Amino acid sequence: MKVSLLRCLTMAAAAVALTVPAAAATQLTGAGSSFDYPFFSKAFYIYNQKNPDVTVNYQSIGSGGGIQQFTARNVDFGATDVPMNAEELARASAPVLQVPVTLGGAAIAYNLPGVSGTLRLTREVVAGIYLGKILKWNDPAIAKVNRAMNLPDMSIVVVHRSDGSGTSYIFSDFLSHVSPEWKSKVGTGKSVSWPAPSAVGAKGNEGVAGQVRSTPGAIGYVELAYVIENHMPAALLQNRAGKWVACTTETVAAAAATKPEVSATNFSIVDSGGASSYPISGYSWVVIYKNQSDRNRAKILYGALSWLAGPQGQENAKSVDYVPLPRNVQATAQATLNQMQR
Amino acid sequence: MVQPRFRRVARFVSPADRGFAAVVYGGSILFALLIIGLFIELVLGSWPSIAAFGPSFIWKSSWDPITSNFGALPMIYGTVVTSLIAIVLAAVIGIMAAVFLADFAPRWLSAPLSFLIELLAAVPSVVYGLWGLFVLAPFVRTAIGPAVQKVLGWTPLFSGPVYGVGLLTAGIILALMIVPTVTAISRDVVAAISRDLREASMALGATKWETATRVVLPAARVGIFGSCVLGLGRALGETIAVTMVIGNRPEISASLFAPSYTLASVIANEFTEATTSIYISALIELGLILFVVSIVVNALARLMIWSVRGST
Repeated sequence: MKVSLLRCLTMAAAAVALTVPAAAATQLTGAGSSFDYPFFSKAFYIYNQKNPDVTVNYQSIGSGGGIQQFTARNVDFGATDVPMNAEELARASAPVLQVPVTLGGAAIAYNLPGVSGTLRLTREVVAGIYLGKILKWNDPAIAKVNRAMNLPDMSIVVVHRSDGSGTSYIFSDFLSHVSPEWKSKVGTGKSVSWPAPSAVGAKGNEGVAGQVRSTPGAIGYVELAYVIENHMPAALLQNRAGKWVACTTETVAAAAATKPEVSATNFSIVDSGGASSYPISGYSWVVIYKNQSDRNRAKILYGALSWLAGPQGQENAKSVDYVPLPRNVQATAQATLNQMQR
Repeated sequence: MVQPRFRRVARFVSPADRGFAAVVYGGSILFALLIIGLFIELVLGSWPSIAAFGPSFIWKSSWDPITSNFGALPMIYGTVVTSLIAIVLAAVIGIMAAVFLADFAPRWLSAPLSFLIELLAAVPSVVYGLWGLFVLAPFVRTAIGPAVQKVLGWTPLFSGPVYGVGLLTAGIILALMIVPTVTAISRDVVAAISRDLREASMALGATKWETATRVVLPAARVGIFGSCVLGLGRALGETIAVTMVIGNRPEISASLFAPSYTLASVIANEFTEATTSIYISALIELGLILFVVSIVVNALARLMIWSVRGST
């Protein structure tokens, strides 16, 4: 009895001793972009499997909220679909590092009942439709590049995201690049004032996809991962090089690879020049403070983010239909991370 | 002789009573403080926007986050019109259902039916929204829209293209969501009308129908009106379901088939990704306007209830 009690105590002590390092595990916190969430939750889960003493708790509250939480220093890192601008950086009142971590693209989904084949759209036609200048599907500008298709005399219903989103930012950035009129009349942003007379706003990718699916004659832009997972038909776009490209992880990565020197002030990769570049592509970013007060924590944060932006972390993007950063951009991201004081 | 003893008993207040009074008073004061605090917080949050746009915020129709040019009129219009459609539909259906449940339905039917109607109130609004987006909106586009336009297409109220999503669809979804409130309260009010009134009416030779419409409903009108006000309150502030079916276009259009926008929807859509301070402030001012609109509507309803009561 006595022996067994002693044994019990030793075992308990051993158990306590074993759990102590686990209890000292570091929990990093991040908040921001909901676009990044599927990729982050997958990648950080894998990271935790490999480094059990580090867990990353990411809250997908939207880029705006992420920047606010980051500025208030409530989180270790923020995530945003558009890099912080000068006004936001000024409010952070300390040097901020902005690191590209993943890529996104917007596919053009459409609903043309009774029309077979894949629709082709030039950049000018997409701008014309969203500006409200091309109102019918049998418009000569659309027919010219779709000779094999029997396009109906049907009104085009323009569907856009009603919630502020990085996808809208990339899409309006693309339109600003290809149409001077869009640039001066509307501009680039996560929420814009849509000029087309038939514009309908829908909430989230699922809202836009649902609206397009249930409305004959509708056209809408939907996040790449959503299109892949739901097997939605999407239009082929003509890129700046004149080639017809579909929205895939490869063509979006190709667009990113044309510009390895991406930075927080020069980050737009829409309408890039490569032969296989998809024109509606863009980065998502993680923001951290350059100077960290807690050295130990800074080292752990640096480790997790370097892994995320490096080849091993990026490997996880594919499994959730996200686009891994091209090698040259991974190097850029790593160089930015190395500036962190640790 | 009895009175002095009675007075002494009344003067004695037990500590339990004091405690209870404190809790009850505290609770009610807490609510008042919450409302006042909310108002102050909203005014503070929207101050940059109030200072920048002034009162023109209320009657301007542009909503452009890029040029920071904000006006709330289309959203005020959308909020009021969808809520009006909802309350008209819900009042008609809800009151009829209430009278049926209270006076006409046999007991074996009225209990399960009431339960089912009240169950509708427990359905989360996102479910209504999804149903609205995938079932109701296509139905409005393919069936209701063409049918109504055939007859009334010449009126501006039903003109223009039918997208499926829009003011009418949002109004119908809202009506569905507030019918349980209107029905449940109206049924209780109707059931509470004294039997004597009904029996007297029947004794005078009135039919069941005449009794219900000329005796019971007029006697219950204050309570029924109250149920509609509660329903309207929910309709004004409902967010997710409306966002999914209203089309989210900040524009005023006479047609009920046109896409529109509500105050609550804009906030739900744009708040999370709003980054510039004037933008956030403009969104908070929309919240302030929604708060004021709700108070005004409730106050008007109260006034109407008082005037109805006064004339009885």
